[in-house]
This record gives sequence, C-alpha cells and structure tokens, in this order.
Amino acid sequence: MIETGEILQTMRMIQEENFDIRTITLGINLLDCSDPDGEKCGQRVYDKICRVAKDLVKTGEAIEREFSIPIVNKRISVTPVSLICQADPRPIARWLDKAAAEMGINFLGGYSALMHKGATLADERLLASIPEVMATTERLCSSVNVGSTRAGINMNAVREMGEIIKKTAELTADRDSLGCAKLVVFANAVEDNPFMAGAFCGVGEPECAINVGVSGPGVVKKALEQVKGQPFDVVAETIKRTAFKITRVGQLVAREASQRLNIPFGIVDLSLAPTPARGDSVAHILTEMGLEMAGAPGTTAALALLNDAVKKGGVMASNHVGGLSGAFIPVSEDIGMIEAAACGALTLEKLEAMTCVCSVGLDMIAIPGDTTAAAISGIIADEAAIGMVNNKTTAVRVIPAAGKKAGDTVEFGGLLGYAPVMPVNTYNNADFIARGGRIPAPLHSLRN
Amino acid sequence: MTKALISVTGLDATGIIAKVATKLSEMNINILDITQTILGGYFTMMMVVDLDGAHMEFAAIDEALQPIREEMKMSIHMQRMDIFDAMHRI
Repeated sequence: MIETGEILQTMRMIQEENFDIRTITLGINLLDCSDPDGEKCGQRVYDKICRVAKDLVKTGEAIEREFSIPIVNKRISVTPVSLICQADPRPIARWLDKAAAEMGINFLGGYSALMHKGATLADERLLASIPEVMATTERLCSSVNVGSTRAGINMNAVREMGEIIKKTAELTADRDSLGCAKLVVFANAVEDNPFMAGAFCGVGEPECAINVGVSGPGVVKKALEQVKGQPFDVVAETIKRTAFKITRVGQLVAREASQRLNIPFGIVDLSLAPTPARGDSVAHILTEMGLEMAGAPGTTAALALLNDAVKKGGVMASNHVGGLSGAFIPVSEDIGMIEAAACGALTLEKLEAMTCVCSVGLDMIAIPGDTTAAAISGIIADEAAIGMVNNKTTAVRVIPAAGKKAGDTVEFGGLLGYAPVMPVNTYNNADFIARGGRIPAPLHSLRN
Repeated sequence: MTKALISVTGLDATGIIAKVATKLSEMNINILDITQTILGGYFTMMMVVDLDGAHMEFAAIDEALQPIREEMKMSIHMQRMDIFDAMHRI
C-alpha cells in the first residue's frame, strides 16, 4: 500500500512545485495525402488530421481530470510538408492551421524541410513561403534541418535561413516579431520530438504515434533545496531520483493516452521544460547548486551534471525514451534565464557554450532588430557545428525583434514568455556566409 | 481493479464520514482503506476505493460527490491511484 507521506509528496509536486505533463503530441504521417495540387493536398491533410486527432484533446482532458495531473498542451506533429507537396505549399499551411484550430490545439508542427545535405525543389518552395506563412497562420510551427553528423552542414540553407528569419521578423513586427518564435533551425533534428516549435513526424515514424514530454524543473529545485552544501555526488543522485519519479508519470500518461486513443505509444521525452512562472525554472536549478546567477563561471558544468542526471534517472522509468531528452534552456520561457540575461550575467556566448552539454540550443533568444541576416546565419552555423561534431541535436530559435535594440524587452505572452534583447557580436561575417556550399561531415561520421 | 484516492478536507463537523461513505455505497463503490485525522480543527481524510463496482464514468462519480461538497463545505478530491503507484513503486 502507498504510504500517506508518498501521497502527499506527489500532491505537493503537482500543486506547489509546478509538476506537469508539458505535452501529449500526436504524430501523424501525411505521406498518403500527397497531391501535385496544393489545394487538394491541403484538403486531404485537413481531413486526415481531423479524423485521426478528433479525440486527442478530449482524451487528454479526461486523463488530466482522473489522475489530477495537468497536461498543459495537446499538440500534433505531421510529416514535413516539403515531402508531401511539390507545388506551392501555402494552401497546405492554411489547411493545417485550420485543422489545428478545429482540433482545439495551440500548436501544430511540421511545416518543415529536411535539407541537411541539399534542397529539393519542394524544399526551396517551402523555405521561400516560411515568412508569409508564419505571419498569416496562428498555430503552425516550422522547422528546417540544415545539418547532421552524417551529412555535414548545408551552408546554402544556413545562408537562406538567416534571411528567412529576418523576413519573418519584419512581417510580424507588429507582434514583437512573434513569427520567429514559431520557427526553428536544427542540426541533427529528431523524428519523434514532441516539443514545439521543432516537432515533426519523421519518415521513419509509424502511421501515428503518441509522444509525451514531461516537465518539472520546480520539483528538481525543491529536491535540491534539501541537500544544500552537499557534494555533487549527492546532487546527481537527488536529481536522478526526482527525474525517475517525474518520468514514471510521463510514462503512465503516455500509456493511458495510447490505450484510450488506440494509437501506438512512441516515446517519452526526458526534458525538463521550464515556463516563465516562478518556481518552474531550469536556471534556478543551476543557482540552487551554488551559482549566484545562470551564466556565472561553473554554469556549463552545472548544466552538464543536470542534463546527465535527468537522463540517468529517467531512462529506467520509461520503456521508450526519445525526442530531445535533456534540459531545455530557452531564455524567454524561463524566469531565471530572463533575469540572468537582463542583468548581463548571461550572454549569447555563454548560452552557446551551454548548448554543448544539453538539449537543445539557442532557444527563444531576442536579438536586436538590426542584426544582419549574415550574423544570424553565422549563429546558426556555429550551433550546427556544435551539433554536427558532438553527435547531438542543436537548434537556433532567435527573434531579431524589429525596431528593438539591446536592453529592450519583447513580449510574446503565455508559455512563450518575454525576453530582454541580448546584444550580438557585430563584427562582419558576410564573406564567410556568402561562400555557401557544404561543410563536410566530420571524420567520426564514418562509423561503419 | 481501478483504485482511486478520495481526499476530504475542511472544517470538522458531524457526519462527514457517514455522508461520504453512504454516497459511495449507493454507487456500489467499495472502500479499501481509510485514514483520518483532525489537524488544528481541520478534518483530513484519505480513502482508497475500488471504482469497478460502480460501472460509471470517472467524471460521473466525481460529480455525484458534488452535493456533499456543497452541503458540508468540504473539499473532496478524487484521483486515480495509478499515479502514486507509478511514482513510488517499481
């Protein structure tokens, strides 16, 4: 029998420490909706999503009520759109956005292109449409994979993405360049990621699958408060134990959702996803380890320990672990990161170093509106290089906030939060980005 | 067996346990375990129950407890036990 103390601990985690299931994401294969005509393809896409996902939100809400665990988001990820339509993909974007609204979900991911080695004509068409689509749709998220450990980095795509991000920011200038918050550039993108903006349903995925992302930085921080001043062995052990408990609930929810929807269970993503709410911050786990602010010397080591301990604790709690699985360090979605960036403790360069040891990358970072496209491409290239060489996923989701300069604040609202505009190194890199071509894959890509 | 935890908290009054237990009995819900205490005038009870006998949706059972919540001015919370088993037992 469960003891009263254990029951109270679980209740405390949920009620006081912001423990929740961040997302149940339903991955849906759309390859069978392919059609040379964008409008017809879009209609098929809409019909299929509405058929497969019709009970998603209702089921999520029932699980939420019965287990008393908040499930913050119910979302959908689909096959990268560039794979299902050779024509102008903009009609599909409209149908996807309509399907998301109809299903009652806040985000749908998969307006994506995988071009780590090169671009197809469909990839090029999709890329060209991203700024307009991000400005004219509400719920659609876009991602582009520009590099991988096996293929190297497609520097043509990197160059284009710098320009696309700039254009997206300009087209959504009236909303603090919100369009860029729905657009992420990856290296080594994963096919079963449940988290937005980068979720898509990869070609190796089944017809449909339930992927679940958990969250609980507040729970980890509270647990660490109990071991103040103790050596790192104890810190790591405490995080592992906590991550195990959190992930077990993720596994339970994934299993329930899978059974009730009669859709196979894919993975649980072992990520500590923060929100802008106080008590739900990854940065505050780092400060709990003894740093005054995130960004202080030692931050990268602290994050490395956290990331590793979360995986070690979580991996035994679920029968399939996948997605991004690691601590997230988005700036605008984490109150501790916001404060550290605002006071100058945390810089873009330090964040880049941190991305070497965690998932995912430079995430939700507002940069000055006058940052050049080449500078953004340079940031993307640097992150992609870290991902490529270290065999890990990295990503860039920066917001060059139109009309804003370093020190200003941008406000996205809700889970996307707000962020101080961080300065970017302004030395010229235009000739570097203009070269294009492909950075060859590293030697260790040859593993066979 | 579908087990649920029913936690009841509020100002102590006569007949709380009787009211809750009677309502559960009417729905053919078996009580498996009860712990109850008074903390500083606050009534706190946790019941583990078996929902299978009720042949009702979870939400409907929860709704059936609503009149007691209102009449006794108590907080009555029901949740599936699986979440505690998942978290605390391997």
